[in-house]
Amino acid sequence: MVLNSIEKLIEKYNNAETTLKEEAQLKAYFASDNVAPHLEHYKPMFQYFSVSQQEQYTKDVPLNTKKTRLYQWISVAAVAVLMLSIFIPNWQGESKTFASLSPQEQEAYTKTMEAFKLVSIGMNEGKQQLNSLALVSDNFNQGIEGAVRLSEFSKTTNKIFKNK
Amino acid sequence: MKQADFVSLVMPFKDKVFRLAKRLLVSREEAEDATQEILLKLWKNKQKIGEYKNVEAFSMTMTKNFCLDRLKSKQAQNLKIVHSNYTDNSSSLQKQVEARDSMDWVSKIMEDLPEQQKIIVQLRDIEEYDFAEISKMLDMNETAIRVALSRARKTIREKLTNTHRYGIK
Repeated sequence: MVLNSIEKLIEKYNNAETTLKEEAQLKAYFASDNVAPHLEHYKPMFQYFSVSQQEQYTKDVPLNTKKTRLYQWISVAAVAVLMLSIFIPNWQGESKTFASLSPQEQEAYTKTMEAFKLVSIGMNEGKQQLNSLALVSDNFNQGIEGAVRLSEFSKTTNKIFKNK
Repeated sequence: MKQADFVSLVMPFKDKVFRLAKRLLVSREEAEDATQEILLKLWKNKQKIGEYKNVEAFSMTMTKNFCLDRLKSKQAQNLKIVHSNYTDNSSSLQKQVEARDSMDWVSKIMEDLPEQQKIIVQLRDIEEYDFAEISKMLDMNETAIRVALSRARKTIREKLTNTHRYGIK
């Protein structure tokens, strides 16, 4: 009975009239061990179909090509922003004069300038003290030169004594 | 569409794309390259992917066209695709050497089929698509597909019977 229906199915199969269900039935039949001897030669065909169904694609596909490009441009943009942030305040600073400032700003300006002057006066005083230090070191150098002369004087005296 | 969405969309049929490519190009490496190419093409056009009615059928058509183009250019260059992977088709499940041998025969017989019959057998008997889907993928009517499929199946059967009975190679 079963064999009969399988034979009919194969006939239909060869004429490409089977449905997917019937084909699955055929595959199941040929996957089993008790295949009728005269149908044996169909076995590898159906086995091959079921086996090659399981083959898989294992390679990875690099999908993130676009993203990396975006990241590169982000760094460029960051540099540009930095440069702008450095230069833009300078342009604004140049266009301002003392006269164009509001009275409050002028007052603040003069006050800060006075404070700076005070600081610079202090600095200059410090500098003068440094000058006196330099004078001391000058005197010191002169002293050393004197000492060198003395040592040469002693050399010549030694020579004179040896000659005697 | 993000990468994860795309992957989950493509996941179910990427193996089918690969197997169809391998059926046509025979060599595993060539098929892998082709599959990668197809998936990248889909990825590049990911904005349009929502407009496609059936992404899977669309990609199978793409695969078919891509592989046929590949074969044409190979023939024009008078180059044969080199392959050495007949044994890949047999699984470790198959313990009997004889059975493995005859499965190799099926794969070789299928290589000799005309391209269109190869594609149809692949889509119908291995991937188990129904005729309506195949006719969409190949842009053929169903009767023509049935005729080609029947021819292909009969050729395979005849050749298998011959090798089975007489060992003719």
